[in-house]
Amino acid sequence: MPTISINKKEFEKYVGKKLSLDKLKDRISYLGTDLEKVDNNEIIVEIFPDRPDMLSLQGFARAFSSFISVKKGLRKYNVKKSDHKVIVDKSVDKYRPYTVCAIIKNLKFSDEKIKEIIDIQEKLHITYGRNRKKAAIGVYPFEKIKTPIVFIASDPKKIKFIPLGEKKELNGLQVLNQTSSGREYAHLLEGMNKFPYFIDANNEVLSMPPIINSDNVGNISNKTKDVFIECSGFDFNILKKCLNMIVTSLADMGGEIYSMEIIYGNKKIISPNLEPEKMKLDLKYMNKLLGLNLKEKDVKKYLERMGYDYSKNIVLIPAYRSDIMHQVDIIEDIAITYGYENFKEEIPNVATIGEENNFEVFKNKIANLLVGFNLSETSTYHLINEKDLCENMLVKTDYIELEKASSSDYNILRTWVTPSLLQVLRTNKHNEYPQNLFEIGTVFNKNKEKIEENDRLAITLCHSKANFTEIKQILDSLFDNLGLKYKIDNIEHNSFIPGRVGRVSVNGKKVAYIGEINPLVLSNFGLEMPVSVFELNLTELFKLMPEKIGL
Amino acid sequence: MSIKELIETLHPLERKVLPILKEDMELKKIIEKTKLKDVEAMRALQWLQNKDVLKIKQDLKEVISLDKNGEEYIKTGLPETKFLKSLTKELNFNEIKEKANLTDEEFNISLGLLKREDLIQIKNNKIKITEKGKSLKESKEEFLRKLPLETKDLGNKLIKEKIPDNFIDTLTTNILKTNSWKGKKFRRYDIKINVPKIYPAKRHFVNQSIEYAKRIWLDLGFKEMQGSKVQIGFWNFDALFTAQDHPVRDIQDTYYIKNFNGKLPSKDIVERIKKTHENGWTTGSKGWQYSWDEKEAKKNVLRTHTTCLSAETLSKLKESDIPAKFFSVGKNFRNETMDFSHGFELNQSEGIVIDKNANFKHLLGYLRAFANKMGYGRVRFRPAYFPYTEPSVEGDVYDSIRKKWIEVIAAGIFRPEVVKPLLGKDIPVLAWGNGLDRMAMGMHGIKDIRDLYKNDLKQMKNMKLWLK
Repeated sequence: MPTISINKKEFEKYVGKKLSLDKLKDRISYLGTDLEKVDNNEIIVEIFPDRPDMLSLQGFARAFSSFISVKKGLRKYNVKKSDHKVIVDKSVDKYRPYTVCAIIKNLKFSDEKIKEIIDIQEKLHITYGRNRKKAAIGVYPFEKIKTPIVFIASDPKKIKFIPLGEKKELNGLQVLNQTSSGREYAHLLEGMNKFPYFIDANNEVLSMPPIINSDNVGNISNKTKDVFIECSGFDFNILKKCLNMIVTSLADMGGEIYSMEIIYGNKKIISPNLEPEKMKLDLKYMNKLLGLNLKEKDVKKYLERMGYDYSKNIVLIPAYRSDIMHQVDIIEDIAITYGYENFKEEIPNVATIGEENNFEVFKNKIANLLVGFNLSETSTYHLINEKDLCENMLVKTDYIELEKASSSDYNILRTWVTPSLLQVLRTNKHNEYPQNLFEIGTVFNKNKEKIEENDRLAITLCHSKANFTEIKQILDSLFDNLGLKYKIDNIEHNSFIPGRVGRVSVNGKKVAYIGEINPLVLSNFGLEMPVSVFELNLTELFKLMPEKIGL
Repeated sequence: MSIKELIETLHPLERKVLPILKEDMELKKIIEKTKLKDVEAMRALQWLQNKDVLKIKQDLKEVISLDKNGEEYIKTGLPETKFLKSLTKELNFNEIKEKANLTDEEFNISLGLLKREDLIQIKNNKIKITEKGKSLKESKEEFLRKLPLETKDLGNKLIKEKIPDNFIDTLTTNILKTNSWKGKKFRRYDIKINVPKIYPAKRHFVNQSIEYAKRIWLDLGFKEMQGSKVQIGFWNFDALFTAQDHPVRDIQDTYYIKNFNGKLPSKDIVERIKKTHENGWTTGSKGWQYSWDEKEAKKNVLRTHTTCLSAETLSKLKESDIPAKFFSVGKNFRNETMDFSHGFELNQSEGIVIDKNANFKHLLGYLRAFANKMGYGRVRFRPAYFPYTEPSVEGDVYDSIRKKWIEVIAAGIFRPEVVKPLLGKDIPVLAWGNGLDRMAMGMHGIKDIRDLYKNDLKQMKNMKLWLK
């Protein structure tokens, strides 16, 4: 999850109040942000993904300031009218259909502030913009631009400009191949025969979203005062919110917001739109869900501490909030301001009957019985690797593979449990013998078009005299205890010593393997002790049980 | 213990050794005379020493340790004695070495030793004997020489005693059958003696905690849910209102099964979920405002949480089943590289409460009850974000052994966008997925999450019994 690192002094300036470190820590956690670090200079907080509007110092400070009741209610942002235009050409429809734009004037830029803006832009790109897929943001020095600006798509070979930070002019395709930003985001333009770009009335390319700005007119310096901002992408609402998050942050920095006219064919849109959205709040529903009995005036007070306005069941939602989809989202904000620490916890008096799953009971009974044979229970991973599952066991198995598993030791699903136990024996060679183990675990097998999961019991006996008799004694005893009769047939299995391996069946259903492990397998696992094994399918066995446990 | 009682404790081996035992007796001679095996003789001697009869073993050890230089020093005197004797006046290092006839090594060791014992003083590279040193020198005592053999008073007395040999040692079935024990004495055992350690086989310690966690939910009236570990994205994500482009669905975070898609459930439930994602359906939500893709929902994943079981349970619930409470404890999977605080398989303790009167206070109540019963007295809650709950809450418990808060609780009330499409109506469903492995780590004093499943048999042998 994204974190922001902010200067504590700056933060206090924006919040309008200085809190002690302890108080600060406490309040930040209860606002619904994860505090990672706070000292006298720096605050690092993790912002939950539903609140991208807090990904800037300004946005976070704005929310915090309300929360601690310094500046309450909906913030008023004045949007001045300008008649600068952005014309959206029909050609972008298929490639990147929407853009929303704004002009911010009278910003005092310093290197620090430029860094800050780039930082907000990047954070939004990664999170809310899903790595520029949903939204790409461009910021330009407005002084260098002549409106109207056109958003248009053309043959990439014909789009020519010097990309930001480069020396020479490149065409659209070259930008993808020859710049680092191009290579990183080329996949977002994959398969497109036209690329979208912004171009101004001087015929200067501003940028080629979502890849890169131009060096000529897309580079902010500390002489810049006024900026042009655009967000482009596929969902108008997302872009609108994204733009609002940026313009409100810049306005908090001291900038003045100017609107632009965005022209879509014969439709004209004024952007940015900072009108609050309205949502109905059902107080009864809210009180019931939270288990509270809040009066309307309390609700109003709490909502104002979250930056909303409220009047007669209608909540006015700040234009930069992107997470309010349902009234439950507002209700959570009420709970947060009410304070999670202030809820009187209770366990209701509702009569329900506890019930354990029958199969779980069955497995548990067996595990407890096996401990009586002096077998130690292990708990291994369901994931394994090909070498230990197949190669070292001298078998070929049609196993299930995982896509791009982060560890090559654990990248497939086990088809039986015995290899996991041999892995355990391998890592315990320095420990005392006998090492007699058991495990009940899930295995995964392909069955035509389905993945079948079974819970299996594996027992391995490993000591200088481990043999078939001893393992069969346990099998016998287990089946006696379960009241089941079994049949055993000779089979061939590469993992076992020929002539010392059998297949066990109950009522004609094959349920287990039993045998002594092949010395070659032992040597593959680096073992110098004999091992005898049985592996029993408990899922199948449970179906064959004459009487079921429990109800 | 009286000497009589002492005699009653004597083991046959000890009785064989005792009569021939004299001062300065060597082990070799004892073996020769008693005709015991050397281990038997050693054991007898050790037992006798434990009974404070002798101090043989230690003396023998010291003789051996002095063997190399001992004989030499017995003849010529210990180097430190010679050192001290040479100090008739202040001397420098070389003078002493020469006068006392010491090697460099002997000189250095003696110097340190005498200095430490405050017997000499060093000043400007000259060495002077102290008052303490003088008095020692004059007493002519071999102050550092230890006695080669020490015989205890008790031992001397014991040797003189008449030792009867009609004690019963091992009680056999024959003795019992013939009643021949009557009128005889049993040899007394040294019940304080250390015995070789044995270890019981045990359930795996994580499974012991799982069993306990399950019992808590059963005690609270919850019914167990069970389900598969491979799940379609539909149950793991879509039914839980997790947008299809949510980063948690990225391959870097979730294990996807290669080349293997699953089957979606019945058409109407798929349709309801699709609409809920796209525009909120009839839940009163705006939805995610995108076009929902069935293909994404069919992909098989290793479940990233057991909450998928809760979603499936909701979809099967009938009106008459409500109010209802369910739990499950099981493994989840995250495509992560293992380190001390991250595992790729972890146990979660899942729960849902479906009740038209359920509320946020109840949620916190259940969560605290569970944490308390797990042995954590201090619990704190704070706001959080999950795509499928609102309000959402995270909770920490205080680990009093490691003295820190650990994050183990993730919970909330399911969003209407989750409940209504699955259940058919919007009623409160309290839900949580608590990190059980982290709690188990705290309870077993384990610092590295990898130690939970390394199956080191020595660690498992020494692990304390889960006493809850």
